[in-house]
Amino acid sequence: MRLSLFARIGLKGITIAGLIFLYLPLLVVIALSFNTADSSLWPPAGLGLDWWRQAWNTDAPKDAFVQSVTIALFATAIALVLGTLAAFAMARFSFFGKSSISYLMVLPIALPGIVTAVALKNTFVRQFDLGFVSFKVGFGVHSIIIAHATFCIVVTFNNVVARLRRSSPNLLEASADLGAHGFRTFWSVTFPLMRSSLVAGAILAFALSFDEIVVTSFTAGPGVETLPQWILTSFGRSKSVPVTNVMATVVMALSIPLAWFAQRLSDSPESNVSS
Amino acid sequence: MTVALTDLDASKPPRAGLATRFSRFFRRHRSLSLFTTLGAPVTWMLFVYIGSLLILVAAAFFKVDENSKVTTEFTTENVRTAFTTSSYLEVVLRSVFIAGAVTLLCFVVALPMAFYIAKVARPRWRRSLIVAVLLPLWAGYLVKAYAWKSIITPDAGRFAARQGGGFLEATIGWTPGFGKLAVVITLSYLWLPYMVLPIYAGLERLPPSYLDAAGDLGARPFRTFRTVIMPLLIPSIAAGSIFTFALSLGDYIVARIITGGKEQMIGNVIDQLQQQNQALSAALTLWPIGIIILYLIGMSRLGAFESV
Amino acid sequence: MRKQRLVGAIGATLVLLLAACGSDDKAATTDPPPATAAAPTTAAETESTETEATETEATETESTETEATETEATETGATAEPGAVPTELGEGEGELNIIAWAGYVEDGSTDPAYDWVTPFEEETGCSVNVKVGNTSDEMVQLMQTGEYDGVSASGDASVRLIEGGEVVPVNTDLIPNYADIFESLKLQPWNSRDGQAYGVPHGRGANLLVFNTEAFPTAPDSITVMFEDSVAAGSLSVYDSPNYIADAAIYLMATQPELGITNPYALDQTQFDAAIAALEAQKDLVSQYWALYTDQQTELESGTVLAGTTWQVIVNLAQGNGALIDAVKTKEGATGWSDTWMISSKAKHPNCMYQWMNHIVSPEANAAVAEWFGEAPSNAKSCAIASDGFCDTFHAEDEAYWEDVWYWTTATEACADGRTDVQCVPYSEWVNAWAELRA
Repeated sequence: MRLSLFARIGLKGITIAGLIFLYLPLLVVIALSFNTADSSLWPPAGLGLDWWRQAWNTDAPKDAFVQSVTIALFATAIALVLGTLAAFAMARFSFFGKSSISYLMVLPIALPGIVTAVALKNTFVRQFDLGFVSFKVGFGVHSIIIAHATFCIVVTFNNVVARLRRSSPNLLEASADLGAHGFRTFWSVTFPLMRSSLVAGAILAFALSFDEIVVTSFTAGPGVETLPQWILTSFGRSKSVPVTNVMATVVMALSIPLAWFAQRLSDSPESNVSS
Repeated sequence: MTVALTDLDASKPPRAGLATRFSRFFRRHRSLSLFTTLGAPVTWMLFVYIGSLLILVAAAFFKVDENSKVTTEFTTENVRTAFTTSSYLEVVLRSVFIAGAVTLLCFVVALPMAFYIAKVARPRWRRSLIVAVLLPLWAGYLVKAYAWKSIITPDAGRFAARQGGGFLEATIGWTPGFGKLAVVITLSYLWLPYMVLPIYAGLERLPPSYLDAAGDLGARPFRTFRTVIMPLLIPSIAAGSIFTFALSLGDYIVARIITGGKEQMIGNVIDQLQQQNQALSAALTLWPIGIIILYLIGMSRLGAFESV
Repeated sequence: MRKQRLVGAIGATLVLLLAACGSDDKAATTDPPPATAAAPTTAAETESTETEATETEATETESTETEATETEATETGATAEPGAVPTELGEGEGELNIIAWAGYVEDGSTDPAYDWVTPFEEETGCSVNVKVGNTSDEMVQLMQTGEYDGVSASGDASVRLIEGGEVVPVNTDLIPNYADIFESLKLQPWNSRDGQAYGVPHGRGANLLVFNTEAFPTAPDSITVMFEDSVAAGSLSVYDSPNYIADAAIYLMATQPELGITNPYALDQTQFDAAIAALEAQKDLVSQYWALYTDQQTELESGTVLAGTTWQVIVNLAQGNGALIDAVKTKEGATGWSDTWMISSKAKHPNCMYQWMNHIVSPEANAAVAEWFGEAPSNAKSCAIASDGFCDTFHAEDEAYWEDVWYWTTATEACADGRTDVQCVPYSEWVNAWAELRA
């Protein structure tokens, strides 16, 4: 399509403005982490590493970071297994209620976080008596992991479903024709096809869990503090805001390579096998 | 795989490999292999999630006692209160309005951005640009919300301990203040990448030959856009709007952080009543649940689920 | 076939689910309470343990008194779930999960000079996890989860916790520092039932009127600042809790005596409607409803809030960060709190909780909390440890000062002011009215 110079410049202008809109607040946060004053007013009073030193010497944010990573890893692992299984079923079988499966999977993330949070909290607090077994989920780290896994499943599910849909069934048939049994086909054909979508799904699920606050604060047990929970309380305390800016900058710095990697995987040449 | 394949398999002499026998067994008993793949995820979702939702909906129909504990006595009172009290209707309307405004704003900004990245920018720039749009998603929800609060802080005026405002006040001398407008802007900021990505993906899938054909047939770019591109983009836009609408409708932390609790969204009311009257809180969750389900159905009619 | 099987599977899971829905958390409360103590006393066993207790503690003169009250509590059929009231303490469990008001449990992370948690942890080996409760409602709700060992409850929460069976009676004999607590705070309606203590008094204070000293060159002393036009109009900060309706009632007590309000927690429908109307009118003057104390602190520091209802601890913290503010108790009277440390009926670490209850009212810790939070201490001996004049400033022993302080309590249909000709609006209605007002 040939666009006029005017339209091209206009589109470019909007894109640049959009990117500024997206990055400006982040740059302000990064700049304020080097502020010498403890306020978030602009401009910074001066530049220094005081808050970085203080963040390094404080245990709470570091502990919270580790806590968040642990939870995200477990939740991702569960989501990966369950999401992949469901995706397989969707791609390989036709069955009653198939169309409602994607609804079912997307529901925890489409419904407001507060609804998911309240629903799960009300369930975890209950004592369930099934006759042969009586249990209560209760609150702790495990309850956060269960909750996070629930809404992370959709991410891994979607990634794998999309990949399987794009990959040609002919490949599998060819494999079977060549005498490979199901597991062999899986190991040498299907798995390599999905590998990158698995990793991409896992990274997205990890990021989703790592950043979650609403469901987390409703399902966290006593003494559990994730990084977002720590950020929520310390952004409230005016004295801790600069250290929070530091932690925010650290998280951004760590997530850039991950995001880049996830993006590369989801549009790597492997995905174009079918075409 | 086809039935013919299975038959072909069966006609071969049986081989003793355990894996082969397993895989053949599963292929013969497809319902069993369906159960092994689908069983675990569906059970998890039904037990953990749908079960919880059912319990929540059920909780809306029970009385609370004086100690704000949910009893076992049945009542429709909570639901009636949730659906007829004018101030709750107002807060629901306000939330829908804010979510709609966010969706519209995101769409208006995302469409030209996605178009530029997918169709105008040089191919070797494309990936960098789309990653640049997605990267802020990784910066942390709370960090971004507070970052906005920080940059839109107005000058507190003559009684402040520290003079001066946030970044916007200091540089351009204007801020949206701490009202509804600020909530809409902050939410749009948070969810914009979710709108750009599906539109971009939709544009990328669009065969260039369509556009060329339209151009060859003499359509001006705007006409091509309106009659060829837009109709094909609708599923992508619908997919993006699910994110912006649903995420905004249920959000309450941004409203609390930005407006200091003055502007309430439906999530705020649910959050607060969760501590005071869990049954009424549960009844109020029927609002967002209903709205979102309707919205999902509407958007899936537009093809949102096929595009992602 | 395949379809049918899947439907069957889904159906089966749904049935299981529904079966599970049938029971609720009641089942949890019927579990035997954790019996870590040597001789747990449940209601059914009161008789037998009574004799046991007299045997083991015969030398102590006080013991008979405690037993008597215990028996009384069970005979009158106290509404609380029978919980284990230990007669002696065992080893600490190594951990303690408590819900507290902001500033009640400081481990030095806010200010290194204020740390009464680390000494406790070192002494008892109980590592403390604190969950800050922002409102009484939140505290009640958290206690209902059964995940916490104890709570610092204000009167409006403590009564609900006792009646809901979330907390159990406390054997004050096991808390040596209880003896030093002001008699006027012991066995009050909000911390006892039928003469049986349900907790340890922590301290008390009044909700104050905070104001910006630049905006108010002469300090205001009237609650009208919160409800009428002033220099702070449009910049008011209001505590976001249904109990704030009582503040409006205090305003009406002074400005509309014809309504006949004598107790801000005992409002009949007319009085209640008037209070809600005053709050509706107040909305235009308000810039912030705070539940998180730090939210108000931030706004006070930035100068965007010029007046509001506050706690002394917020004033102290904000002043420490340079806010130009001060606070007073309004002349019309004020709402306030008298807090109690209570132990959960589902406490997983009861021994640590008992040790904590003893520690937090020890003269040293009690003085430190009182000074940090800005409230009157409960331990008479802490006045000697606190800075000079502290107990006078906060009127720890001055009962007259507390006469117009209306401690937070839960409104009930039976009017707390003794009226029998009308029904008062119960707290559940307060909750709904507040939610609607805020929405």
